[in-house]
Amino acid sequence: MTNAHAPETPVGADRGTVAASAPVAGSEPILLTQARSQWWDVWDQFRNHKGAMAGAAVFLLIVLVVVFGPYAWPFDPTETNIRSRNQGMSLTHPLGTDQLGRDVFARMIQGGRVSLAVGMTAMALSLVLGTLIGVLAGYFRRLDGPLMRLTDLFLALPLLPLLLVMVLLFREPLTAAFGIETGIFILIVSAIGITSWMQTARIVRGDVLALKEREFVLAARSIGTPARRIVTRHVLPNVLSPIMVSATLGIATAIITESALSFLGLGFPPDFPTWGRLLNDGVPYLELYPGRAFWPGLAISLVVLSINYVGDGLRDALDPRIRGR
Amino acid sequence: MLTFTFRRLLYAIPTLLFISLVIFLLLDLAPGDPMAQMPLTVPDEVKARMREALGLGEPIHIRYWKWLVQFFWVEPLHMLDSLLGTGFAEGSQRILSWQTRSPVVDIVMQRMPQTLWVVGTAYVVAILIAIPVGIYSAYRQYSLFDQAGTFVTMVGFSVPPFFSGVLVIIIFASQLGWFPSIYDTRLVVDSWSDFGLQVRQMFLPVMVLALQITSQLSRFMRASMLDNLNQDYVRTARAKGLREKTVVLVHVLRNSMIPVVTVIALGVPSIFGGAIITEQVFKVNGIGQLLITAIQGNDLPMVQTLTFIFAVLIVLFNLIADVLYGILDPRIRYD
Repeated sequence: MTNAHAPETPVGADRGTVAASAPVAGSEPILLTQARSQWWDVWDQFRNHKGAMAGAAVFLLIVLVVVFGPYAWPFDPTETNIRSRNQGMSLTHPLGTDQLGRDVFARMIQGGRVSLAVGMTAMALSLVLGTLIGVLAGYFRRLDGPLMRLTDLFLALPLLPLLLVMVLLFREPLTAAFGIETGIFILIVSAIGITSWMQTARIVRGDVLALKEREFVLAARSIGTPARRIVTRHVLPNVLSPIMVSATLGIATAIITESALSFLGLGFPPDFPTWGRLLNDGVPYLELYPGRAFWPGLAISLVVLSINYVGDGLRDALDPRIRGR
Repeated sequence: MLTFTFRRLLYAIPTLLFISLVIFLLLDLAPGDPMAQMPLTVPDEVKARMREALGLGEPIHIRYWKWLVQFFWVEPLHMLDSLLGTGFAEGSQRILSWQTRSPVVDIVMQRMPQTLWVVGTAYVVAILIAIPVGIYSAYRQYSLFDQAGTFVTMVGFSVPPFFSGVLVIIIFASQLGWFPSIYDTRLVVDSWSDFGLQVRQMFLPVMVLALQITSQLSRFMRASMLDNLNQDYVRTARAKGLREKTVVLVHVLRNSMIPVVTVIALGVPSIFGGAIITEQVFKVNGIGQLLITAIQGNDLPMVQTLTFIFAVLIVLFNLIADVLYGILDPRIRYD
């Protein structure tokens, strides 16, 4: 990546080490005040990754627009106005209006809220599942075999067909139980979460296996720390970096999966816009109004691209072999 | 190596059985009723008998067993029969689709060629592009070519196929009119002009799929080349006075291909699985499209069989990838 061009920043890293060893070596106490945590080094490295910074900026911008947009934008996403339907780009409707005269920009904002919410919640779910299974498998030897077999089994399942089937099966009972919007939200989030935790679990398990043999874990165990405490205090903070990387990539895949489901007509109901749904609705009008399919697709691609760049930068920044060079 | 292969094959059996059970149970819990589309004038007892005719009357474990027997015994025998003209499977019940009342495997065989042509071509094209791109961008790391390549591959796997498909349709089919946007399956290629038409209608779906596969593969190729380029044996080869071409294209390339080949093998099931979304966008009536229509039509035997075929392929090619890894890299022999 762009790391090699990055100006070298050993200053911060050096100061950190000096400060850390200061009490032992007894050097100047002034340096102690400038002690910095590992996260500052990570940030320094991350800042030098141009693609990652650009990605983070674009992603933040989109999140801000999507979160605060409805309060600032005068049009309601569901408000129809037949007189002004199928309009092109104009000052009042920057992205035009659809076949029922609804403002496309307002619908994009609304769709973005749902798509991003689904992406983040599904990512959180798959992270929790993946980390739990990875830590359990890595830390407790007896659970390792069965849990890894389970992970292999899940990896061998054909995921997209299975997702489609799951959505088809549980759509009715869940919408009956929670109402149509919450029901489908729960359904899609859990379907994506349940089918995407395997990579995280494998990575976390590998790291935990290595960590478990380290001296500080041995020390903790020898003073009688219970396993639960060792995991939460010593193991989890140290596997945070791979988890963060898979978190960013998880949002991207979750957004794409949700859009794919909506695109295939198995996601949210038609009056409940998400980016995938809007794209799907725009396809029949492709010849006449290509913009209607273009904007939601562009939004999905931009978000995913920016997240992938952030993930790339994070991976480099969190890798101690590259950092500080 | 042989014992390892054998052990893995044995281990694949419980895996497949478990997957088949999961798929069967999941589908069986379906609230969808195959009789839901029947007119209300059909009396209840007739409906009950129709249900029995579909094989729904029996308890679940018996149905599961019957399905397993049909899938693993009757259908292979049928294939043998149609290949050799024998009569082993005569009179036995095959897996029937609820939508068309014809054997599921026959329909799958009808759809397979379209999927294999489109997705298979895309895969081959992607491999042919990805490997040179990966080699060159690793060899000239951080060059303009490498930076551009990195950006394109990032875009390639960030843009979902349902958007890139729509985008190329807008540009090449509706604005420029160079290629048709819909794949015509009835086209029979028996002359050069038909062949031209076939190439033109395959161009867009293949392009969309190939972009996606290329971006993943070329990243792998690049990383793998980079791992090898700084190894000691490369310096030795250069020090011996070998030409640069020989060093890179023979010594380094052969070693870098090891992980890439296994990644390629792992991707093969997706060729048979069909690209569900791309097929939907370009209206290719392949396996993926068959699955979608079966899901929408509540055609359980079809969905069960298709998903299970995919699972078998995934397990099989995982195994092949493992064995290939062992064959290509003598450092990793499992026994």
